[in-house]
Amino acid sequence: MTLTRSTVVVIDYGMGNLHSVAKALEHSSDRLKVIVSSDRQQILAADRVVLPGVGAIRDCLGEMRRLELIATIIEVAQNKPFLGVCVGMQALMSESEENGGTQALNLFPGKVRRFSQPLQDARGTLLKVPHMGWNQVEQCDLQHPLWAGIANASRFYFVHSYYVEPQQQSTIAATATHGVTFAAAISRGNLFATQFHPEKSQKAGLQLYRNFLQWDGTLA
Amino acid sequence: MGVAKRIIPCLDVDDGRVVKGVQFVDIRDAGDPVEVARRYDQQGADEITFLDITATHHGRETMIHVVEQVAGEVFIPLTVGGGVRKVEDIRILLNAGADKVAINSAAVAQPEFVRQAADRFGSQCIVVAIDAKQVSSHPPRWEIFTHGGRKATGIDAVAWAERMVSYGAGEILLTSMDRDGTKNGFDLTLTRTIADAVAVPLIASGGVGELQHLCDGITEGHAEAVLAASIFHFGTYTIAEAKEAMAHAGIEVRR
Repeated sequence: MTLTRSTVVVIDYGMGNLHSVAKALEHSSDRLKVIVSSDRQQILAADRVVLPGVGAIRDCLGEMRRLELIATIIEVAQNKPFLGVCVGMQALMSESEENGGTQALNLFPGKVRRFSQPLQDARGTLLKVPHMGWNQVEQCDLQHPLWAGIANASRFYFVHSYYVEPQQQSTIAATATHGVTFAAAISRGNLFATQFHPEKSQKAGLQLYRNFLQWDGTLA
Repeated sequence: MGVAKRIIPCLDVDDGRVVKGVQFVDIRDAGDPVEVARRYDQQGADEITFLDITATHHGRETMIHVVEQVAGEVFIPLTVGGGVRKVEDIRILLNAGADKVAINSAAVAQPEFVRQAADRFGSQCIVVAIDAKQVSSHPPRWEIFTHGGRKATGIDAVAWAERMVSYGAGEILLTSMDRDGTKNGFDLTLTRTIADAVAVPLIASGGVGELQHLCDGITEGHAEAVLAASIFHFGTYTIAEAKEAMAHAGIEVRR
């Protein structure tokens, strides 16, 4: 009997460093086939899907559109375990303030906002934008399978100037604070997305990827 | 609580080998950048920076393989600097697994390159490296130097940092040429002047000889991150000890 290996597709739309994401996923499981692809059939056939992204959201969505991937992404987001990372998270919202206003995939009602400046912490110290570095992530639903084995308030690596503001509080899976408290992760059903970069967040990040690769997309 | 201040060990790489000597007690090959990066990751480094000082074409290709290997097993941010002159250089490094590239001389030769790079790849991966030297003390003034500090440009360092940020630099890596290699600590006035002038994070570099210097870079220099080479390479201190000292000074660190 041949065991079919579980597949995860990292959606390749030509933006930024997908390879770090793919390498971290490979590192997180030895029984897994990681495919970096922009091929619609491969994406539709995958067991799990990761939507990464760095850079400007307008360019990211523009490339998704050019490669005719929008409908495919929306389709797989209906049922497969799906993980968005950084701009791949922001793209799931309704719209972004970036680039003079950009319509996004509208899988989560809500906006993507820029950190306002000057930005200060509680003691009045000026904060830098981009928010760059290791910050504490406060989990909202400690029972969510993607937080398994990750201590609450663990530090993850962030680098971003925009953050998501979901309309539904119930979709916020974690928060972090940089002048404002914002959604560091969002989730709903089979969807999960992080503003931070698990692939750059050492042990905690790799654990989140391991959890995602074992996740069936339910909350049980 | 908020974002932690970062400690970044820097490795000079020539033709695929770490130079300036790295000494760990229990390491097989202290010249292998992959092994050294792995060790720093285990010690708790927040990021790793490679400075490619290779002059040859073959050496640059070797660097790409080093980045690929490190990115395949060390899951923290990697910055690569040295010889980044074209958009294509950046694309190759990012595809190999670098998260950020540091641009130095090419920015001075052609400032628009920084704008192009930030537009194409995003500010988050564009670090502008500035080598500054003090040219007067009353009032204090610094100018930028290129080609490893050998070539004067006459450009004011503070104005240059502001300009690079307006062109899309997401971070500034500031090295004091007066302090580099002295072990006397960062030029704190320079560091603070530029850190306070720009909205993006600043990495302080040049002159670290003891752990107090790292703390001073943050508390007095207003840097978001501190970069050092020799104190870590020669095993004088581990990254964990550096974090301990910073935490003791009331600085928020990742542990």
